[in-house]
Amino acid sequence: MRVALFVTCVNDTLYPRTGRAVVSLLERLGVEVAFPQAQSCCGQPHFNTGYRHETEPLVRRFDAAFREYEYVVTPSGSCAAMVRDNYPRIGAKAAAEGRGRALAEAAARSVPKTYELTEFLVDVLGVTDVGAYFPHTVTYHPTCHGLRVLGLRDRPRRLLEHVKGLELRELPGAEECCGFGGTFAVKNAAVSAAMGADKAGHIEGTGAEAVCTVDNSCLMHIGGTLARRGSGIRPVHLAEILAATEEEPYA
Amino acid sequence: MSGTYLGMPAFPKAAREAVHDQTLRGNLRHATRTIRDKRARAVAELEDWPALRAAGRAVKDRTLRHLDRYLVQLEEAVTAAGGIVHWAADADEANRIVTHLVKATGESEVVKVKSMATQEIGLNEALEAEGIRAYETDLAELIVQLGEDRPSHILVPAIHRNRGEIRDIFARTMGEWGRPAPDGLTDSPAELAEAARLHLREKFLRAKVGISGANFMVAETGTLVVVESEGNGRMCLTLPETLISVVGIEKVVPTWQDLEVFLQLLPRSSTAERMNPYTSTWTGTTDGDGPQTFHLVLLDNGRTDTLADEVGRQALRCIRCSACLNVCPVYERAGGHAYGSVYPGPIGAILSPQLRGTQTEIDASLPYASSLCGACYEVCPVAIDIPEVLVHLRERVVEGGEVTRRGVRVTLKPAKGHAAERAAMRAARWTLDHPGALRAGQRLAARTRRVHPQRLPGPGRAWSDTRALPEVPEESFRHWWQRTRGGAR
Amino acid sequence: MNSRERVLARVRRALADVPREERPRDFPVPRDYLRRHGDGERSAARTAALLAGNLADYRAVVHRTSTAGLPGLLARLLAEHGSRSVVLPPGLPPEWLAAADVTVVRDRETVTPAELDAVDTVVTGCAVAIAETGTLVLDGGPDQGRRRITLVPDHHLCVVRVPGQVVDSVPQALERLDPARPLTWISGPSATSDIELDRVEGVHGPRTLEVILVED
Repeated sequence: MRVALFVTCVNDTLYPRTGRAVVSLLERLGVEVAFPQAQSCCGQPHFNTGYRHETEPLVRRFDAAFREYEYVVTPSGSCAAMVRDNYPRIGAKAAAEGRGRALAEAAARSVPKTYELTEFLVDVLGVTDVGAYFPHTVTYHPTCHGLRVLGLRDRPRRLLEHVKGLELRELPGAEECCGFGGTFAVKNAAVSAAMGADKAGHIEGTGAEAVCTVDNSCLMHIGGTLARRGSGIRPVHLAEILAATEEEPYA
Repeated sequence: MSGTYLGMPAFPKAAREAVHDQTLRGNLRHATRTIRDKRARAVAELEDWPALRAAGRAVKDRTLRHLDRYLVQLEEAVTAAGGIVHWAADADEANRIVTHLVKATGESEVVKVKSMATQEIGLNEALEAEGIRAYETDLAELIVQLGEDRPSHILVPAIHRNRGEIRDIFARTMGEWGRPAPDGLTDSPAELAEAARLHLREKFLRAKVGISGANFMVAETGTLVVVESEGNGRMCLTLPETLISVVGIEKVVPTWQDLEVFLQLLPRSSTAERMNPYTSTWTGTTDGDGPQTFHLVLLDNGRTDTLADEVGRQALRCIRCSACLNVCPVYERAGGHAYGSVYPGPIGAILSPQLRGTQTEIDASLPYASSLCGACYEVCPVAIDIPEVLVHLRERVVEGGEVTRRGVRVTLKPAKGHAAERAAMRAARWTLDHPGALRAGQRLAARTRRVHPQRLPGPGRAWSDTRALPEVPEESFRHWWQRTRGGAR
Repeated sequence: MNSRERVLARVRRALADVPREERPRDFPVPRDYLRRHGDGERSAARTAALLAGNLADYRAVVHRTSTAGLPGLLARLLAEHGSRSVVLPPGLPPEWLAAADVTVVRDRETVTPAELDAVDTVVTGCAVAIAETGTLVLDGGPDQGRRRITLVPDHHLCVVRVPGQVVDSVPQALERLDPARPLTWISGPSATSDIELDRVEGVHGPRTLEVILVED
């Protein structure tokens, strides 16, 4: 099984802990992980802001970087959704604009092998108990792209339920967007902040010590909002919880 | 569309004001949450909902792909049944046709069923300018009309008003328009509904001209359908001598059988009922029953321009149920007025910039009025992929390109005000497409991490006013990998 | 070019991507939704019970009787409502009101809306009743009359023959109905959700809807 980690630009630059957690988790499960250095960004910020043509080189880069791998695993619901949902659109539009099928073919190669981490664990490796240990109360926020575009359904929850010592707290209004939305967070800052404040309020109401998601972008917004409110609740990526063990606890 | 909306500020500015209006926030939260749960229950009752949704989508797509044929078929059927069909290329033409038809009856007042199409074209204002008074008869439309307000929701135009505000509007203004509100009117919804009943009844009983829209028009039979709750629709459709219906050309469906799909999808999606209290269908005129003169005005007003866009075209599938508004977290906080259009919420954010173009400040900002969370797409009974169209329209705003305006292909320039963003996007893309530069940037950020500010100046404040900035780590993942795994891939 | 030609020409230009040879039926419409909901075959009695339940759920008052019991029941319901006058469609069987002590107005074209407004009750039959949604459909038949007579009076008594007029579902109802006739679909008394999106019964149509299921 040739598995490559697509760490994503946000995790690479701001949340390397998450990438390291994915590596240690997968290696613990017997998966040999590669990190192709040619990878960078899926192009989501450009595409979702309307800069489709700026996205195209990044689609080609993604395809080239991961060409020789059977599986591409990424700890980001929205980046996986970008590849699976939008790459084919970008390819089709380029073809419709009379610029050939190359981009569409790059998209077609990328789509079937790209997995969000919890999909890879549950669907490909067939595990829900990854031997993790995290002795804390946790609430889980299902991010929009994971929930509605990828259809992750209960995969993250099933993984969390098998974590030793972890107590899962129900999050009211869980399926409502946290208000991040990429450039939405600054273009419509007032609405974004209002959504973030409501989400933070619900999270605080659970009394959990940590809030976890499958996406650090949303977590950056949620965690940033919680911090400004003076809340001590810690934002943690799901991968970091799954990577923690009794021998090597979460630090 | 209506002149009322000219000069609207861009969405972010209008939304910012709405977010801080605590009464408005409370009213919207209460109303949208009430209906959200009810809709979910009404939909869950039907085990074949996904199949109905797929059929609804396909019927609409089939219709749109052969719209010319169905419009001609509809025209023939309506004419054969005793109706008179008019065509209007834009709002002005539709208003001229309707004004002329009303004047020809010699009447100076009309009763109206709630209709998005007539709001879109600003018909009431056009009639007013010609000395004709139009009485809105839907309860929420009445509240908006009496309060000299603007609608803020497709289904419930006065959703931004709570019962106390409605009581005050009725008590203050009903007397100026006709029968005053009863003395001692309280804010109980039943009493408010009773006040509206009494106020409007005298208007219904004397009305000679009714004006409506329609939810569906059946091409094969020439049948029009109006779906409603209060009975004001039935009053306007059956008591007057003359009925004028103004309907967007996308409201046609091919066959009578197709209604079996939409009459299941629409009520459950809009008012969360198994069936709405009243549905009226009529085919031309019927001797001795209802209006003896029936005019149908078929309205384009930007619809064919929308049809010309292969991605944006799906917005014309919309059956105006408003489920997308009720589930939208942005709508809930920004309110309907911020969208600067009779079509607010997610559907408005993709419909208004297509019907009106993306040239004004408000229309260029609407495609960005979304976090792309996808809740709207999930509930849409005709599966309009609203996030897909939003992103498609964002591209139109920042990159420009070929579009159709008033039936003519034109090439749009990128919208003004995005130059800095465009440069930043290009620079970011360049860096991301050159991993060496990315690595260097990450290293520089790590070295300077101790001196990074806690709050950003300028445009960055939009983030850091309410959200702490993430700390830049000592080393990027890429560096860690290279340091620990060396040359390994 | 007139506006009709202009709009149609715009439509045709807008659809340049649709293959010229494509006919509407070439574009597939999946119709694998259900003709009726629920498990297995429903007996006529269960369908009637479903209809009664759904009517009541939207605040219609449901009564059950036989043909022989109908005049007595109508007389009682009119008396209980305090109705002194009743408007009837021209073809309503006269024996239905045989036991009632009310002034009968037979509807004619010359009856004005104001006159209807002064009548207490309307009694009609119906064309079809839909069990799954609790809906009555009137099609202007002889025992139903003009649309306005079931609209202006504040009290509507509607007679449904069971099982003959009852169908399970919306698709089944449309099969039975003639689109050339003006139809009124009624599901409970008039209502509004316009105040805080909460349903309140009773606006412009009859505020009291009573449905009589007649079974023999």
